Amino acid sequence: MAELTYRNAVAYGIAQEMRRDPMLVMLGEDIAGAGGVFKTTVGLVEEFGPLRVRDTPISEQAILGAAMGAAMTGIPVIAEIMFSDFLAVCFDILANEMAKSRYMTGGQMTVPVVVRTANGAGSRFGAQHSQSVENWCMMIPGLKVVAPSTPADVVGLMAAAIRDPDPVVFFEHKSLLASKGEVPDGEIIDELGTAKILREGTDCTIAALAYMVPRALEAAEHLAGDGISAEVIDLRSLVPLDTKAILGSVEKTGRLYTVEENPRLCGWGAEIASIVADEGFWNLDGPVVRITTPHIPIPSADVLEDLTIPSTQRIYDTIKTTLN
Amino acid sequence: MSSEIPEELYDYSKREPRRPTPTDPEVDGYPIPMDVRRRLYQRQQELRQFEQRAYDLFMQNLVKGTSHLSLGMEAVSAGFAEALRPDDYTFATYRGHAHTLSKGVSPGGVMAELLGRENGILQGKGGSMHLTSVEHNMMGSYAIIGAHLCIANGTAWSAQMRGTDQVTVVFFGDGTTNIGAFHEALNFAAIWDLPIVFVCENNLYMEYTPIDYITAVEHPAADRASAYGLDRIVVDGNDADAVYQVATEVVGKARQGGGPSMVEAVTYRHGGHSRADPGKYRPPEEIEAWKNQDPIQVYHSRLLRLGLPEQDLIEIQQSVATMVDEATEFAKSGQPPSPELAMTDLWADGGSSWRN
Ligand SMILES: Cc1ncc(C[n+]2csc(CCOP(=O)(O)OP(=O)(O)O)c2C)c(N)n1
Ligand SMILES: [Mg+2]
Repeated sequence: MAELTYRNAVAYGIAQEMRRDPMLVMLGEDIAGAGGVFKTTVGLVEEFGPLRVRDTPISEQAILGAAMGAAMTGIPVIAEIMFSDFLAVCFDILANEMAKSRYMTGGQMTVPVVVRTANGAGSRFGAQHSQSVENWCMMIPGLKVVAPSTPADVVGLMAAAIRDPDPVVFFEHKSLLASKGEVPDGEIIDELGTAKILREGTDCTIAALAYMVPRALEAAEHLAGDGISAEVIDLRSLVPLDTKAILGSVEKTGRLYTVEENPRLCGWGAEIASIVADEGFWNLDGPVVRITTPHIPIPSADVLEDLTIPSTQRIYDTIKTTLN
Repeated sequence: MSSEIPEELYDYSKREPRRPTPTDPEVDGYPIPMDVRRRLYQRQQELRQFEQRAYDLFMQNLVKGTSHLSLGMEAVSAGFAEALRPDDYTFATYRGHAHTLSKGVSPGGVMAELLGRENGILQGKGGSMHLTSVEHNMMGSYAIIGAHLCIANGTAWSAQMRGTDQVTVVFFGDGTTNIGAFHEALNFAAIWDLPIVFVCENNLYMEYTPIDYITAVEHPAADRASAYGLDRIVVDGNDADAVYQVATEVVGKARQGGGPSMVEAVTYRHGGHSRADPGKYRPPEEIEAWKNQDPIQVYHSRLLRLGLPEQDLIEIQQSVATMVDEATEFAKSGQPPSPELAMTDLWADGGSSWRN
């Protein structure tokens, strides 16, 4: 057992897999020499060499395209898109090509690509470097979507994503990079599509993702002081989605809150609310409440940014005032 | 007001026709063995007769959706295919019937795919614009302009990493040279020295607009090659021997580790852009001039000049006609895809489930 930062867990997880599979390669901007703009790939080029950890030009379509083409021939590839906002410039390759190639070729094509990208707000970077865009990917049939919240999950889900034969978008949250956690020794392989109940409770369920998970846990702690027992689920993976964990928890608690960093409209919580309305309706004792970023771009000034994304206080207040 | 605007600025059929460069008489003397030339003839016949049949089946409403034919452009596909090995990778656009057949994929399976039948090569799930056969290393037909140039770099990169000497050839249109992905792909291939050949089939039109009207240089691909350190190569795309000769050189270069090349093959489509398009935006004299330099006629005359008995050519035509008939029968005999197929093969586990 060692304590690692979320940032170091990224390289740690990738290294575990690159040692296991000599075919696994990686490409992206500034990932080799510089160790990544977020220092998430430090040490990899030194261990695996510049042919397996390769710096590219600022050509996001070329990066994802090359990743896809190599993967089509059986080479597993990790492609880094520096900021998730930049997925917009290569969305064609992601949404129209990788996601569809197996289906539209009648099952001929396999595309084992992991697209890693830095997601989320909290860095005062403004509207083009702070978005949470997991819902952009969730809506595309053919993409798996993962967003870990702890260093151990980074390592285990990274391994699962790399070993998965389908394209996986792996969201690393910028505001979690410095957070620390215990990572068990030895090989770690987690499972996609599995949520984790991080805190048990009986009065309400809080479903959260990535950076919203520690905030949901903090809010639950405060609520406990008021005699409210909240259960906190870390979804970890949006596609596949662990609906059993959510429905099972709601069956127990009768209330569901989602905590989403993505802007309001078509955020993943809307899909979960719809599933629970369909399949868990008779277990509900009150409305499903979504706690989200408002439907606005992320502002830059610290005061404004802090106002927009769900805070511990907002989660606490919302639950406190709506639970009964 | 509109009477003051010169008509040729929007009615392109009124523009000065762009005529083909006459066939180079020296090509007759290229050292291409006669068996290769026979195959080039046969391949062009296959592509021609297949596309004509696809068109007929359209008219009978058996081919649904859209399709983009390569009638008039057969020499490019045939010439390159002859220079490739079966394990080389190819990529095509939505105008990909010819390139799929040229890689040796079964014409019956392709025709069935056009008809949306379960015995189609994609089980009816891809259609005309996405023909693919991984088994033949025909790595797909792509319908969003530009992307597949980037993807093709990936198979070339893979061959380089695995240390095989496989070459990747990616076909695209003149219009594709104006999208960013084209430029990203060329720079990327150049810096990584990838074993890839970019082949621009310049048929003078981007869909319904003349390419010279919307492009900063005369030769949309070749005139950009120098920006990426590549040679400027323009070839007569209506002469299969000329294409074959160039293809042999650039494919050989890539195979020996000499890096990427780009070839611009100048050609013309006989019909419209796609099924719905009568192609009326082109000057009638232009269409006439290109039809008079039809690649199959050019080739037929050459083989006669080189002493091949006309009877041999007729026999090739007839055997191809039989093959196309058989392909049609195979396609028509296929069933519509069974409903379960709609929900299969999204994921590698064969299904499409996104939840537990
Ligand atoms: C990104 C994108 N923009 C526009 C289109 C619509 N479109 C389909 S084919 C085509 C023309 C392409 O011309 P060219 O590259 O010359 O190929 P050709 O059809 O002549 O073979 C256009 C604009 C598209 N498929 N993708
Ligand atoms: Mg064109």
